[in-house]
Amino acid sequence: MKFVESALETSRAGLSVDLPAGEAWIHELKGGETLRIVDLHGNQAVDTLLYNARDYADRYSAVDTIQRQRALYLTVGTKLISLQGTVLAEITADTCGRHDTLGGACSQESNMVRYAIEKRGMHACRQSFLKAITAFGHGLEKRDLAPNINFFMNVPVTPEGKLTFEDGISEPGKYVEFRAATDILVLVSNCPQLNNPCNAYNPTPVRMLVWGADVQ
Amino acid sequence: MGTDVTEHILWEEILPGGATCSHILKRGTALRITDLQGCANVAAMLYNAHNPVERYNMPDTLKAQHIARLTKGFCLYSDMGRILCSVTEDTCGWHDTVCGHADAALVRERFGQRTYQEGRNSFYQNARDGFLIELAKYGLGPRDLVPNLNFFSRVTANDEGALEFRTGNSKAGDLVDLRAEMDTLVLLNTCQHPFDPARQYDPKPVRLTVVSVPPAAADDFCRLSRPENGRGFVLTERYV
Repeated sequence: MKFVESALETSRAGLSVDLPAGEAWIHELKGGETLRIVDLHGNQAVDTLLYNARDYADRYSAVDTIQRQRALYLTVGTKLISLQGTVLAEITADTCGRHDTLGGACSQESNMVRYAIEKRGMHACRQSFLKAITAFGHGLEKRDLAPNINFFMNVPVTPEGKLTFEDGISEPGKYVEFRAATDILVLVSNCPQLNNPCNAYNPTPVRMLVWGADVQ
Repeated sequence: MGTDVTEHILWEEILPGGATCSHILKRGTALRITDLQGCANVAAMLYNAHNPVERYNMPDTLKAQHIARLTKGFCLYSDMGRILCSVTEDTCGWHDTVCGHADAALVRERFGQRTYQEGRNSFYQNARDGFLIELAKYGLGPRDLVPNLNFFSRVTANDEGALEFRTGNSKAGDLVDLRAEMDTLVLLNTCQHPFDPARQYDPKPVRLTVVSVPPAAADDFCRLSRPENGRGFVLTERYV
């Protein structure tokens, strides 16, 4: 795993937002701007979707990203690729080492399948996504919610093709950074999952920091 | 459903290499895809035929069953916790779920170009354009693209996640059966897998066989394969 620290100074960030678990966040990044997501308390899943700001149909594609880099996990140097092959962003710093893009976002319906039918009423990322895009408008709807990135989640695939949910590899204060390659819309759900051992059944806040394109 | 389905066949068709087709696979029927020559790849996307905003969900399918590949006993989940289709037979053991499909740029880079004027119906096609054309026939578009399955193709990951295409996963005569648990719009494309190392454009044909089948019994293999799938069947049967 690669661990690369950022040269960006926190004091020079133009925006700092703490996002509690169970909440969504939508923010447009201009090309060249950098977003850092800080895992304040450790092993928190940050479900993230990206859209080309000029054409929301040109959205982050997990399988095109995997195909382009011929590898499953996201880390420093990973280009986040859209359906049309556009580079939306590139991961420029990462003190966690590995992030998932196979596990998707939790939903009430998938919780019912995975855990128990009685789990229907529990809060889930896709509830947050739908609430956020409905409020945001601009034509975004459910079909625009494609498989996402799970920053700080560790979901290894074995050589035999098994998907395993391992203990988290993140810790309090670890962070990941990506720089927008073009103007992009970032949609985040800070995961409220209470059934997931990856976050020790304890969803916690994360911090979003944004630096302008001119800050080195 | 066993390998001999002769008496239950509703129709059969050969889908040539490089082609795209669609079919509404109704509950009570199953689709058998047979690799006729070996080394076929069949990319597939699935939608609820009556409400296509409900569609195959790769992450939900993988995490419900703790898998990154498909074979007999596994189920293909929609984003609504329901099973669109289950894999009731499989003779090749591994179908890829994570590599997507090729677009025009990748096919051009790999194989060059051959226009319709030059090659007539052996012109070089790509899965992305094929899927977009087929989706448009149902009023669907680019926003409705989902991560596809790649039947007959095997791609493995090492500890670092680096992917390797395993040539020769599927032999002539290998087959996979998809039983519809609800009415499912199935889109299929027979272009080569994006990681197929073949130097030439040479997509392989498959035979499609649609058969009538009974609904999943109480002791059905897919239903009992793991508790998650038992709940998936319950949620599907509440709906159909």
